[in-house]
Order: sequence, then structure tokens, then C-alpha cells
Amino acid sequence: MNQILAREQLSEQVYRIRVAAPLIAEARRPGQFVIVQLDTNFGERIPLTIADANPNEGSITLIFQAVGHTTQRLAALEVGDSIENLLGPLGQPTHIERVGHVVAVGGGIGAAPLYPIVEAMKAAGNRLTVIVGARTADLVILEDEMRAVADELIICTDDGSRGEKALVTEPLKRLCEADPPPDLAVAIGPPVMMKFCAETTRPFGVHTVVSLNTIMVDGTGMCGGCRVTVGSDTKFVCVDGPEFDGHLVDFDNMLKRLGAYRKQEQQAQEQRPRTKEQCRIPEVRS
Amino acid sequence: MSYVARETLARQADEILTTLENRELSKKERMALPQQEMPAQDPVARRETMSEVTFGYTEAQARVEAMRCLQCKNAPCIEGCPVRIDIPGFIKAIEDRRYDHSIEIIRRTSLLPSICGRVCPQENQCQERCTVGKALKDPFQSVSIGRLERYVADRAREEAEGGSPEVNAETGKRVAVIGSGPASITVAADLRREGHAVTILEAFHRPGGVMIYGIPEFRLPKSIVDEEIETLKRMGVEVKTNFLVGRTRTLQDLLDKDGYDAIFIGTGAGLPKFLGIDGENLVGVFSANEYLTRSNMMKAYDRERADTPIFQPKVVAVFGGGNVAMDAARTAVRLGAESVNVIYRRTRTEMPARAEEVDHAEEEGVIFHFLTSPKRILGDDDDRVVGIECLSYELGEPDDSGRRRPIAIPGSEHVIPVDTVLVSIGNDSNPLITQTTPQLEANKWGNIVADENGKTSMDRVYAGGDIVLGAATVILAMGEGRKAAAAINRMLRGEPEST
Repeated sequence: MNQILAREQLSEQVYRIRVAAPLIAEARRPGQFVIVQLDTNFGERIPLTIADANPNEGSITLIFQAVGHTTQRLAALEVGDSIENLLGPLGQPTHIERVGHVVAVGGGIGAAPLYPIVEAMKAAGNRLTVIVGARTADLVILEDEMRAVADELIICTDDGSRGEKALVTEPLKRLCEADPPPDLAVAIGPPVMMKFCAETTRPFGVHTVVSLNTIMVDGTGMCGGCRVTVGSDTKFVCVDGPEFDGHLVDFDNMLKRLGAYRKQEQQAQEQRPRTKEQCRIPEVRS
Repeated sequence: MSYVARETLARQADEILTTLENRELSKKERMALPQQEMPAQDPVARRETMSEVTFGYTEAQARVEAMRCLQCKNAPCIEGCPVRIDIPGFIKAIEDRRYDHSIEIIRRTSLLPSICGRVCPQENQCQERCTVGKALKDPFQSVSIGRLERYVADRAREEAEGGSPEVNAETGKRVAVIGSGPASITVAADLRREGHAVTILEAFHRPGGVMIYGIPEFRLPKSIVDEEIETLKRMGVEVKTNFLVGRTRTLQDLLDKDGYDAIFIGTGAGLPKFLGIDGENLVGVFSANEYLTRSNMMKAYDRERADTPIFQPKVVAVFGGGNVAMDAARTAVRLGAESVNVIYRRTRTEMPARAEEVDHAEEEGVIFHFLTSPKRILGDDDDRVVGIECLSYELGEPDDSGRRRPIAIPGSEHVIPVDTVLVSIGNDSNPLITQTTPQLEANKWGNIVADENGKTSMDRVYAGGDIVLGAATVILAMGEGRKAAAAINRMLRGEPEST
């Protein structure tokens, strides 16, 4: 069950694994995610977006950043090990259609969930500009994969060590200023990045889809922990999302809700004795 | 009701019993016997522990309580039982110390007596109709049927150890049961017994449904639910966890690609309702489902070992007056809240929670604000909850539910300072299966439409429990499961389906 077939470290904290999950591989569509739990008794359930799938092999690809307790443990698993619990595919698939010119923005690890959407948007006949942003050159992921699909690829880093020295919003704004502006923007990355992407496109009236990654427990609509304010409605990210109209999402409230357990989690990290394997993993950086 | 220690209750029952042995009791004598209190942990001590609050009767207590039963010929209690257990019959067997016979009588119609004995709302079912309660003009003085059921069921569990019901020869038919709560467990057991191959498909990592994620350990030990699942497995039922029908596989795929001959949908009512008032998305507002799931299924109460965090509350408001509200309030007490306040817009009489749970909550220090309803939740600059603004209510004329309608008193706004809000005003059904199965008929509340046998609008597809009834009880779900299993069995034998 859910054996790890391949494992690769993409950057200092970012890992790519291929996991046996035949039913999920068959059913999944771009934009969907899985819930991973490593220990049936005491493990937590965390959502991870499906980065790719191979129905013939019966496998899915997950790309994740080892920054929390469970992702660090996941990073420590080796080929041949198994993930005890893997549930999916969850959430609504991305609405894919030919709209014309699509700008896809992936910030940091956000490039991973963006990739299957980019692939599908291209296959649907869209012209595709991809912006991949990261803090520094080492953290740029999926560059080759994106280049193979995109009509144009823009890379930017905070420190200028790779591509433009810019935030992703800068090339996004340039593209919006073009005549005609893009028909659709898709932005996936840290919440703050998505918020500012939405603010960047708003004045130009470019419809902007964001994919939210909020706190979840069950991932099936049962707990409501993932809820966000979208326009005047409350939506559950796990069943109504994860994708929403970025111009309607209340990012400020979402950011505060994401911090609900921060203090407790930091305490847990400090108190929890580490196993030997876990000691090899780079510590969390704030 | 004041707390009496377990040892005292046991001794009192022993003393009564010695005066009664070996002689016929008159009805008058039976009526005069004191109702046996349920022995429970000390109310102060249990604020610190998740372990079960009640201990169950001693043998002497069970027998004294059984002797209170008048063995009415017309047995009104049976009419009050959703699965029509022969209540006087199993109680007489306790009086006669024929415990094997007693459990055998219960099992003729009920599959989960250890669970139902604990969580059934007996005061609205069998015990509401009891002649003793009526004669004493107090339904709470009725024969304690639920406690007696639990006594014989627990006794049988302790003695059984690893047995399982016999299974008929394989029929070659395959049935998928979606969900693993009380309705599904019942269907799985009943169909497996007939020799059909049964597979339970459960979305979560642990089977048991609401009995695992919702009802806390202190009210229903998880080991009892696990035992029921283990019994199913020993009978040959396959349990697949992490399988979400509608996403991992559609209902139609189960029929067409996976070749199941029949499907039972028992996915329950698992979509939390919110009030839609201002402030409901502030940090510190949780559905009772989330709070209870973190504590129960994810074991967040075990801070040493569990990875899942749970919000550490100081002053809690719980919205609602049902069993889930009581569970959430009492969980917050155990997780160290300094003050837990239940906010309910009617009065104690109208509360849908089991009376015993309300009593227990009160004993544990939960504060009740009746005739009060939240108007909005107040937050600080960081979007953290700092209080709730409430309105006071008075009761008017009875509404459709027969309960008196609460009417807001204008200008009665007042603020209760709290840092945590647990919303427990009910659940809707999860729309996932109906959304992904267009042929399956649902009503406007999202409940699957099924006939009296559980048959849905799709051939070979049955449904039962909360997904059909809306949020209800374990015993009703079990009763529905029984009927659906019988209908599925008839269909698999080749009899025509009803429509």
C-alpha cells in the first residue's frame, strides 16, 4: 500500500516522491490534492497537492517542503517505505478551458501544484506564460518541466541569483499592462504572494484563480477547519476549493486563521524528542 | 442529583438484594424499590481524564433494577424502541440471572447493545413509555432499561473474547458498504451473515464513523467500537480505509468497473452547520465536529504523543443544546478550559441532549445560559475571538417541532467575554456522493431519498442512517440498516426490487 517508488531532493527543503496509489492516479485531475497521514495512531493529517500522476504505473507524484513535523518525517522516508494513509483525490479539479492567454504564477513550492494545471491549460490550447519565483536560485523548482510546456518562462528570485531580481508581481504587472492583457491568471504559492498577485491583477480586471492551502483535518467537508471567506460567503477549501477567485478571497482573515496553532506547534517542535533520522533533516527556518 | 460514590451504590444494592432473594415480589414491592443510580467517576476527578465517566452497574444493582420492572403484558416500552427489543424479556432474564439468555434476546433485534446502552436517548424512547415511570409520575424514575442493556452487553463482551457470529456459505455476491458508522456496521454484519462478500469503504483512516470521530471516549470507549469492527473482520468483512466514494471512485464505478452487486450508502450527516453570523471565521471559532475530531479521532487530547494540535481554550462558549454540544463542552472541560458556557436559546426542557449528558455536564461545572442566543462574535485586531454578543429570549407558542418557539427580547443585547467558540447547531449531509452521482435522487436538504426499505432511486443502491434521516441517533441508524440489509438480501436472492 502506498509504497514510495522514487525519491529525490529538489532543493534544500524540497522533496519529490513518487508513490504507488493506483486509484488516485486514475481519478485525479489537475488542481486536486491528497491527505497524508504517516502514523495511524497519533499522526496528523496534512493536505498535499498532487504534482503529477501516472495512471499506467499507478503512481502519483508529490512535491513538498519539509518544514513541519509530518513533512519532515515524510522527507525521511526512503524508497520502499510506505505511507500508512493516503486519501484522495480531494477537492474540485481546476476548470480547464481555452480562454486565450493564461499567465501562471508559481511561488516557491507553489510551482509544484501549478505544474499539472499548466500542462492541462496548454493541452487545452491556451498560450501560456509561466512565472516561477523563489527566494534564491537553489529554491527554483521544476524549471525544466515548465520550460518544456510554457510558451514563455519568466524566472525571478528575491536576491537576483537566478533570472530577474524581482518579486513575481513585477512581471505579472508588466503582462497585465500589455494590450490585450492576459485572459486569465493562475497564482499558487504562499498566501501573501497570492494576495499580492490578486491585488496586482485587480485593477486590470484579469480574472485570477488562486489555490488555497489552509489548515485541514479530514479533507472531506466534515470539520470546516479549512473555511475561508470568499466574497460574502464562507467556503470550505477541501470541498468547495481549493481554487477560488483571488479577487474575492479574504486573505487577511485567512492568514490569521493559518496562524491559529503557530504557538502550539512551535512548542511541540521544541519539546518533541527527535529520532536519529529526523536529526538529518534541516531545521525549520522562520 | 447529588453524586454518590460507586462503593456506596454497590453496598446499598447488595443490602436490598439480600432482603429480596428467593421470593416472589408483588407489584407494590417492585414499585417501592429505589431506582439504581449509575455509578460514575467523581465529578471533580473526571474533569482531568478522558476515560469513561460511568462504570456500569454491579450485578446486584442490575438485578435490583431488573426487579423494578413490572413485566407489563402490553409492554409499552417495546413500542418506544426503534428496533423493538423484547425489553421485559431481557430484563426478566437479568432478574433470573440468565445473562446469556438476556443478551440472546437483545441480539435478536439489536446488533450494538454495548453502544446503544450508552448512547440511546432512552428517556425519549423505551423509558418514556415505561409504566413504572408513569405510575411514579416521573419519566426519570422509569426502569433504567438502557443501563440494564449495557450491563448484559458488557458482561457478554467480557466473556465472549474473539467469537464471531456464524456466516452462511458464500453466495458469490459482492456488496459495497459506504461508511462505517452504526448503519453501515449493521448492514455489513447482516449481509455477511447471509454469505455475501462485503467490503466497507471508509473515507477516514479509522473505521467507526461518528462513534470514532464524534462521540468522545468519556462517553463511549473507542475500544468498544474497535471490537465491533474486529468482529466484522473476523466474519470476513473487508474494511478499506482512505477510500472516499465520489472522489477515489464514483458510485457508478463501484457498480460498473468494480462489479459490486449492491451498494449501501451509510455516509451519515457530517457537514457542520454554521449560524451565518458576523465573526464566525475569527480565530478561535470551531465547529464542534472539528474540535471533537481533533480530540477523538486525532487524539489531540494526548498532547505528549499526538501530532495534531488542538486550540487551548480559557473561556469557551458552546452554541447548541444537543448531544454534540454536550460532548464539545465536556471535552473543553477536560482539555483545561477555565470556564465552559453552553448558549442555548430555549430552556433545559427543550434541550435535545440526553438528560444524563446534561446532568453530567452540569456536575462537571459546565455553565448553562438558557434563553440566550448569539448575535455576533467579537474579535480583536488579530481576528482572535474576545467575546460574543447575545440576545435574551422568551418562549412563545409551540412551533412545528412541538417545542415552544423562542422569541428574541428587543434591546436585550449583552456581551459574554470568551476566547473560544464551539458551534454545535447540527450537521447536514455531505453532498459528495449526490454531487458525483446525478442519477441518485436527493431532497432539498441533500438527504438521499429512500423508501421504507432503504431503496434509493438507483437500482441496486440502498441508503440508510443519517444520510437519509438527517442527523438522528445510533439506534435509528441501526434500525434502518437492518431493514436495508434485509431488502438487499432479498434483491440478491433474485426477488424483484421495490420502487
